[in-house]
Amino acid sequence: MNVGLHAVLIIGAAVNVAPLLWMLSTALQPSGSALTFPPQIIPQSFHWDNFGRALAAAPLGLYLLNTLTIFVGAVLGALVTGSLAAYAFARIRFPGRDALFVLVIATIMLPAVVTLIPQFIEFRTLHWVDTFLPLIVPTWLGGGAFNIFLLRQFFMTIPYELDEAARLDGAGHLQILWRVLLPLSKPALATIVVFSFVLHWNDFLGPLIYISSANKQTLALGLYSFVGEYATHWNLLMAASFLMVLPVLVIFFAAQRYFVRGLQFTGMGGR
Amino acid sequence: MLASLFIAMTHWDMASPAQWVGLANFQAMIHDPLVYQALYDTAVYAVVSVPLQLGSALLLAVLLNQRIRGQGIYRTLYYLPSVMPTVAASVLWLFIFNQHFGIVDAGLRLLHLPTIYWLSDPRYTKTTFILISLWSIGNAFVIFLAGLQGVPQSLHDAAVVDGATNWGRFRHVTLPLLTPVIFFNLIMGIIASFQVFTTAYVITGGTGDPNNSLLFYVLYLYNETFVRFQMGYASALAWGLFVIILILTLANFALARRWVYYEQPGGRW
Repeated sequence: MNVGLHAVLIIGAAVNVAPLLWMLSTALQPSGSALTFPPQIIPQSFHWDNFGRALAAAPLGLYLLNTLTIFVGAVLGALVTGSLAAYAFARIRFPGRDALFVLVIATIMLPAVVTLIPQFIEFRTLHWVDTFLPLIVPTWLGGGAFNIFLLRQFFMTIPYELDEAARLDGAGHLQILWRVLLPLSKPALATIVVFSFVLHWNDFLGPLIYISSANKQTLALGLYSFVGEYATHWNLLMAASFLMVLPVLVIFFAAQRYFVRGLQFTGMGGR
Repeated sequence: MLASLFIAMTHWDMASPAQWVGLANFQAMIHDPLVYQALYDTAVYAVVSVPLQLGSALLLAVLLNQRIRGQGIYRTLYYLPSVMPTVAASVLWLFIFNQHFGIVDAGLRLLHLPTIYWLSDPRYTKTTFILISLWSIGNAFVIFLAGLQGVPQSLHDAAVVDGATNWGRFRHVTLPLLTPVIFFNLIMGIIASFQVFTTAYVITGGTGDPNNSLLFYVLYLYNETFVRFQMGYASALAWGLFVIILILTLANFALARRWVYYEQPGGRW
């Protein structure tokens, strides 16, 4: 039983990981050999310079800076306004609170495309098209339902007595949030940072709609235009793709438990 | 939302001022063959890929919920593809399924099987896309795993005392208790499958070709909005999609009464 199970799982895992290994293998092939038959699973010679050539072919450093600028701007918004909203939902009693909370959660189910066009027109009216603002500012308006939900659930697990004690010492809402709840919520905050990183690093539709200048491109956009220019240089394309994948892999292996925690929180919503 | 409905009632190309046209955009939608093509493409994709994704994610979660060696490593490897940047993954698939020098084609040739035009023969493109979608089932998998861990061990023990087999325990203990989680993943899976965009955009270069066989609804909507600048018509399309997803979700909630098991009365899902 156990041997059979392991066999199935190993084959499955191999199929799962093979595309990534193939990406790396192709990235190390010399030019032209990606097109030979039969394909060389392991390159005869390792061409690490492909990464250098991919880096030289496009201003990846600039794209990286742009992507990180958007990420930092957006994640700060999510952390600041998300924790404020979550605090209100978890700790302050006000009429209609629960109905409002259900409404916030319901927006998770609302297809993003429906609000796409009015949002685009709104940002166009503000003359924000072709700036980073449309990709950053929305997270400053509550940080998204997922983040509010995650933080609220986390705040609910922190004993209310701690608030009371702080209040007796004369702390207001903001101080309770800042000095009592947030220091205890580091795992939840880290989850948000990690998720936001993957989200903004991978985001394609947002920059595709709002960014047109060459010098404001993000990595995802840059990689896409790379496909058009280097359509037959598969080794360089795969090298560029791998460069984009690598940071996500590092973050993923370093912060695995946060991914699992975040998903389990939302997945178990309502229970 | 309301702004979108308002725009849907206008003819607006962003260059000249919007004109009020009432329901004309919705009428045009009904007579637009590409709308039906896009709906067909999207529906086929959703109907086949969502059950396959849920089925394989559940199977995987059940297998990896057992106490086996290397459990953590397996879980990591199976979840990994779900964090891949979509653009990089799409470029990779474009290469893997290339009909001239993709690795899949090389495999077929080694076995002396005929070449399959995975991404350029409209008969195969959807199959290819569904296969691709099975790579990233990690989110559903982790949520199932969490659900499985919520099934009390005492119920399993009781079933074993009653002489239940492994399958019997799965069928009559695990599965009923897991229905709320299956339901959650089903709703999320449907919503996501109706919004598939980036992979199709990168792989087809935004066209949805060959033969519009990959013209998913959101891709068509994107082209109407940002290529042809038909803001009014595109808003009508967006509303069409919203209504479809709403109907599907409500229908699912209505059907859920029949098969979703609630441990406490008044559970939300």
